[in-house]
Amino acid sequence: MITGSQKPINEIIKLVEPYKKVLILGCGTCVKTCFAGGEDEVAVLASALRLSFKQMAKSIDIEELTIERQCENEFIQEASPGIARNEAILSLACGAGVQAMAKRFAKEVVLPGVNTTFIGIQESPGIFTEECSGCGNCSLAIFGGVCPVTRCAKKLLNGPCGGSQNGVCEIDPDTPCAWHLIIERLTTLGQLDNLKTYIPPKNWNTSLSGGPRKLIREDHII
Amino acid sequence: MKPLSRLHEKLSQGKFAITGECGPPRGSNKDVIDNKITLLNGFVDAVNVTDNQTAIVRMSSIAAAAHVVAAGLEPVMQMVVRDRNRIAIQSDIMGAYSLGIKNILCLSGDHQKFGSQPDAMNVFDIDSVNLIRTVRDMRNTGKDMSGFDLDVAPQMFIGAAANPFADPFDYRVIRLAKKIDAGADFIQTQCIYNMDRFKEWIRRANDEGLTEKVYILGGVTPLRSAGMARYMNKKVAGMDVPDEIIKRMDGVDKQYQADEGIKICLETIETLKELTGVHGVHIMAIEWEAVVEQLVTQAGLK
Ligand code: SF4
Ligand code: SF4
Repeated sequence: MITGSQKPINEIIKLVEPYKKVLILGCGTCVKTCFAGGEDEVAVLASALRLSFKQMAKSIDIEELTIERQCENEFIQEASPGIARNEAILSLACGAGVQAMAKRFAKEVVLPGVNTTFIGIQESPGIFTEECSGCGNCSLAIFGGVCPVTRCAKKLLNGPCGGSQNGVCEIDPDTPCAWHLIIERLTTLGQLDNLKTYIPPKNWNTSLSGGPRKLIREDHII
Repeated sequence: MKPLSRLHEKLSQGKFAITGECGPPRGSNKDVIDNKITLLNGFVDAVNVTDNQTAIVRMSSIAAAAHVVAAGLEPVMQMVVRDRNRIAIQSDIMGAYSLGIKNILCLSGDHQKFGSQPDAMNVFDIDSVNLIRTVRDMRNTGKDMSGFDLDVAPQMFIGAAANPFADPFDYRVIRLAKKIDAGADFIQTQCIYNMDRFKEWIRRANDEGLTEKVYILGGVTPLRSAGMARYMNKKVAGMDVPDEIIKRMDGVDKQYQADEGIKICLETIETLKELTGVHGVHIMAIEWEAVVEQLVTQAGLK
């Protein structure tokens, strides 16, 4: 999933301050799962904003709505009437959702209420970890299912750096060394020989380095 | 192969080589380098010039290495892949060679998180193994990474780092082999305080015949105080200072701790001189260049 966390309330206040009528628009998929922008977070944020504006003796009309996915046109449609009633949309979706809204409603103000962070998983309750950076050329097979492009702080493809000690990365004692995990997994799988494989310089053209990417499925174009 | 540098020549003659270290200044003052070189000249065969070490912004290692050349000593230019993509890397290597720089040490580089500007974006386009390969391929094929024929290809003596004290230990010899395959001619190791572990690493490297394919220079850093020993053990990535060393430093009066550090260092050098598979010593007396003369003389290396 895409993870994110809600922006600090003071930053959100500054974003919505210029407007009298604001629609807080939640997204019921990824950001809901990471507690940043689902129905519950929309409700809590709406109350917090109403309270803050009351304390500042300012008036603001806040409407709440959560749709299934802001990144898909099919669901976006549902938000149309609410959007028409308001001056601005505070989207609690990921960056893709915010932009999908902005594309669809070209004349409306769409504000981001979430800091989008990464493609990851909920490793344990409340702990989310980054797992993939969408490099466009997956080589997990050789690394035993642990991605060094994303999880090694130096993107090393030919083994751990000299800072790996006791299973943790040199950048921080709470971050496991990806290469330690790779070696553990390859040991379990009996594939330690993979470590001797020389990995040539990565072609980053399929990543963001090649510019913004597009996925084309001819068979689905109508 | 005809010696590519004086360091290469010394090692190829089977002589015990000594390299030192010179950290460039945080600014453009070339005198800082000249002063350090004055202290080191005559006592080391070459001097490493660090590349924004610990991710603290300093004068570039290329420029500083060129000043070392001008001062009459041979530099080992360090290059990290943290700050440059492959385009900048190849271009910098060509430029460096044109300035008379003949040794290079290929490194990943400390993560910028430790440095003076942790907000910076890092690069890590290629890793250190591929940096070694790039320098080797330019030298041996005369072509850049795209296969383009260079009119004069840099002919550098290629070094790499090894840290026998990092984990997982079993992997460390595989990594050494990988760097040798990639084209490393010499290796400089992380500072040795845990001699047992170093001996085990070099034994395995000997067993696999690796020390016949590459020159190994054991890294040493004289400790100045017990506090420094503790700090290095805790804070410096990949460093292993065993308790008995810290205790030994603690055991002497503060004013004599530096002498004790020198003594420990001399004992380490003594052991390294006798070890099969070790071809020299790399003395990293960071901001303590004056001690190098004493170490080299007392170790009987001069
Ligand atoms: S190799 Fe690329 S696609 Fe595969 S997990 Fe890593 S970043 Fe994602
Ligand atoms: S310690 Fe491990 S994860 Fe961290 S940068 Fe080094 S190899 Fe990568």
